[in-house]
Amino acid sequence: MKHNLILRFIAKYFFPVIALFALYVQFHGDYGPGGGFQAGVILSVAFIFYALVFGMKTTEQVLPFGVLRILASTGVLIYAGTGVVTMLMGGNFLDYDTLSLHPLQGQHIGIIVIELGVGITVSAVMLMIFYAFANRENHD
Amino acid sequence: MIDTLIDITLLAFLTITAIAIIKMRDLFVVIMLFSIFSLHSAGLFVVMDAADVAFTEAAVGAGISTVLMLATLALTKDHNEKRPAHHARIPMLVVLITGGALVYGTYDIPSFGDPHSPAQEHVKPYYIEHSIEDTGVPNTVTAVLASYRGYDTLGEVTVIFTAGIGVMLLIGGRIKRKHKQEDDS
Repeated sequence: MKHNLILRFIAKYFFPVIALFALYVQFHGDYGPGGGFQAGVILSVAFIFYALVFGMKTTEQVLPFGVLRILASTGVLIYAGTGVVTMLMGGNFLDYDTLSLHPLQGQHIGIIVIELGVGITVSAVMLMIFYAFANRENHD
Repeated sequence: MIDTLIDITLLAFLTITAIAIIKMRDLFVVIMLFSIFSLHSAGLFVVMDAADVAFTEAAVGAGISTVLMLATLALTKDHNEKRPAHHARIPMLVVLITGGALVYGTYDIPSFGDPHSPAQEHVKPYYIEHSIEDTGVPNTVTAVLASYRGYDTLGEVTVIFTAGIGVMLLIGGRIKRKHKQEDDS
């Protein structure tokens, strides 16, 4: 699809819109439908769309595979790490009340942080799987 | 009235899509129909006021899984499903019996929105009454997923992570290693 001008143009302008929507879904999950899982999928879709139009080579320059591997494990680490932090603060595992002096504020911090972890892991794993398939296709 | 009309339309589309999926032999078309099927299910979830589930279904079912299935199809050489050589009588019998048992089972399921069903009477009243004072999060679904059921969500994220590792181990071999294999053979 390298010579399709209209598609390339649209892909370029859609990428930031999709990524922005993913961020909205990520951080607005407390108030509306959505959350880390959906946001992660939407963000990975933005990159997949980019990869479909501009090819894997360009996409891997933007987002190398090694970065994805680190991100995928970082997300789980953030989530489980939040649990460990709450334990260090004197609560139970994943008891966000202890994260701040005010329990409700602690809950807010905890939920936003773990949703971020979910979003990072989901988007990184989805892209890892897509990269695995797409790279195989190019070299067979 | 309008709700019933939307329900009937969406369910009719679902059935038509399902039949088309069975009849089609071109796998590319089948994958596209799967995506349409997911989108219709997402529409049904919206009608049933399950916005979060609909969101996930639209993003994962209609979006990502379609892309992954297309990527898988691109790896295969033949895009057409082979016609079965003989009539599948025994599978048909199994499907009919299982389907009949499932339909029979639906008579015991509480009707949609029944306030006295077990799902509505167990922990749900507590979540609805206390989630704001416990977590301060207006979206009860998020409060349940991220706070009350934080362990479960941690498990889900770990499952996704494990799935990623599994795919990497199976087909994620780096390109260098692949070339080496080609040289060997």
